Amino acid sequence: MDNVVLSRAIMGTSLGFHIVFAVLGVGMPLLMSVAEALGIRRHDPAWTALARPWTKAFSLIFAVGAVSGTALSFELGLLWPGFIGFSGSMIGLPFSAEAFAFFIEAIFLGLYLYGWDRLSPLAHWLCSIPIAISGAASSVFVVMTNAWMNSPTGYVAVGNRIIRVDPIAAAFNRSTPTEDVHMLVSAYFVTGFAVAAVYAAGFLRGHGDALHRRALPLAMAMAVVASGLAGITGDASSRFVAGEQPIKFAAQEALFPTTTGAPLQIGGVPLPDQNRSVLAIEIPRLLSFLTTWNPNATIRGLDAFPRDFWPNVLVVHFSYQVMIGLALALGLGGVLYWLLAARRRAPPLDRWLLLALVAAGPASVVTMETGWFVTEFGRQPWIIYGVMRTSAAATTTPALGPTFAIFLLVYIGLGVTLARLLLRLAQRERLRAVPDDVRPRQ
Amino acid sequence: MTDLTLADGLAGILLLVITAYAVLAGADFGGGVLDLFASGPRIRAQRIAIATAMGPVWEANHVWLIFLIVGLFTAFPTVFAALSIALYLPFTIALLGIILRGAAFTFQTHGYEAAGELAPWGVAFGAASIIAPAFLGAALAAVAVGSVRATPGSNVTTGWMSWLAADLAVLAVALCAYLAATFLMVETEGDPPLQADFRQRALGAAIVSGGLALIGLVLAWRQAPLLWSELTGRGIWLLLIALINGPIAAFAVWRRSPRVARVAVAAQIVFVLWAWAIGQWPALVPPDFTIHGSAAPDTTLLALTVTIAAGMVVLAPSLWLLFRVFKGHNPAAN
Repeated sequence: MDNVVLSRAIMGTSLGFHIVFAVLGVGMPLLMSVAEALGIRRHDPAWTALARPWTKAFSLIFAVGAVSGTALSFELGLLWPGFIGFSGSMIGLPFSAEAFAFFIEAIFLGLYLYGWDRLSPLAHWLCSIPIAISGAASSVFVVMTNAWMNSPTGYVAVGNRIIRVDPIAAAFNRSTPTEDVHMLVSAYFVTGFAVAAVYAAGFLRGHGDALHRRALPLAMAMAVVASGLAGITGDASSRFVAGEQPIKFAAQEALFPTTTGAPLQIGGVPLPDQNRSVLAIEIPRLLSFLTTWNPNATIRGLDAFPRDFWPNVLVVHFSYQVMIGLALALGLGGVLYWLLAARRRAPPLDRWLLLALVAAGPASVVTMETGWFVTEFGRQPWIIYGVMRTSAAATTTPALGPTFAIFLLVYIGLGVTLARLLLRLAQRERLRAVPDDVRPRQ
Repeated sequence: MTDLTLADGLAGILLLVITAYAVLAGADFGGGVLDLFASGPRIRAQRIAIATAMGPVWEANHVWLIFLIVGLFTAFPTVFAALSIALYLPFTIALLGIILRGAAFTFQTHGYEAAGELAPWGVAFGAASIIAPAFLGAALAAVAVGSVRATPGSNVTTGWMSWLAADLAVLAVALCAYLAATFLMVETEGDPPLQADFRQRALGAAIVSGGLALIGLVLAWRQAPLLWSELTGRGIWLLLIALINGPIAAFAVWRRSPRVARVAVAAQIVFVLWAWAIGQWPALVPPDFTIHGSAAPDTTLLALTVTIAAGMVVLAPSLWLLFRVFKGHNPAAN
């Protein structure tokens, strides 16, 4: 494998690993904060008893997120010296702001985690607010830099020589609004479904205590609200991409010929060599309608661009379809959960529904990861869209092969150990779970 | 002396960030080293004291590294690119150490409650705590001797595979252990036998790091003319202060004055780093990269300065609160 492929493999693995912890780092603090607030307001120790083990689990997750995030900041230079040497002055600002946000998150997490017995309940709860805000801010700042790679603006360069930089314009580039908001709500989406899956599994195994009866609806509330928002922002994102990066759009929709009144293709296998897709279900004119609100609009297909600029159509289209399909299924599942809850005036605990919710946890992660696949694979062959090719940015070191192997092993080791520890933690917490009639501790 | 510019200011801020990382995260790495070499009848108590001291603060201490990287590629992007190419191997190995150290510490301390002793992660914590500062020390040596060039050669071991780099690598580990031992002497003031354990380790680290520092000076004099001229040029006053302060720190440990020792050892790291940095000014990474020549456009530098100022307004009181709540008392006295 050449250095470009290896660099992409290492970066992709690192990002794909880190993002799981990063989204939980955004979503979990909000859940913890709400649970603890409910505990204080309602004098209900079960809510507080929920926030406590969440904090322990979260601190494990946060640490893995912190070290894997550090890896990414190094890798920007180690793998892509050509990229960072050119763009550091343009995208460095949101990264710096992110460092502050992360610092604040780490500080208040330290206070929150170790301060249960050292701070008053109110002071302790107040510590959760900066964690939740800085977690969200981190996501917003980091995604700004990815948005810039999609819509590079805010600088003047002659060749590789940078004449002028407007870092504010670079941070608030055209892709920032849609990409940032979509990622932020996706973080809550994944957290909601992931936590719901944990407690649905608990119910299925007969551990449905007071904590489970509070945790599951809370997580599902976050999941269903975030699903709706993810749908709206995802739709806006797709329509924005149609104008901003028409090649990526054509690839995600597997639209080969430029078409007036383009159909929406569901499923299907794109065959780039033959300029067509097979086995797709086509809904006439729907793609034109969804993209422009005009069923007869012309949508540029891949044939409008030189083949040299095409991304991997198969990967992009397939990822896009998986993302949309899973997101729709999860969103409808969330709505169904609350419809049943409203009709029965109690959270539903049917076995089939709980089984579906267990599957929804990993499915939500797949939804998010495939969404990033669309963004990243879809931008290829560019690392900076229209400006710098990925191949021009990669490092030349001969040591990438071993690096990839070692990092892969480290990530697998970390993932397996973390999963094992979280399971043990859950087991142990269950042994001292709080019954319904428990008295508040002083 | 030319006029100081925004770029000099940011280089100065980055020096403060390196210093903060070296002192604060250095102590945490040293904690890992002492954890690995914990021994004697109080082995368990030693490890608990280390974990208790590190637990609430290591992640915050770690963030200085992120600031350093992000600040460097924002303000001096081409320098970051050149360092990443020339020092790919030591950085990658140090990075692995950093990842494993953080994960292993967390798994070990939080996992302990849930899963009992996690022996392999305990060893990983100690080993990674040696690897990370050692390779960062070797990378620093490569920068200091002037082997990171604008046009990189094909040799991947240039600069960081030398006797001086080896000396600085071990010195970095020894200084981390020294720092941690004096910090822990303060933390264990209520437990004299445990404090004596850490005093013994501090004395050992003092002898090792003192010896390595002197060897390093000889090696710089014989083999690294650029570094030697910087240290004996503008850096000479800080170097002389360090030569006086070193014995003071060791004497304070010997006299059982942990609070004086803690400050003196931390100050020693400050003096050595600043002697190097001020000695090589106005170069950022000598000889090719000067602070002025490699700085990002002024708009970026200004925006970064404003971001840092605004960030500090939020950060400073938060950090104060963290250390106030957790370091204002003596956990061993509970």
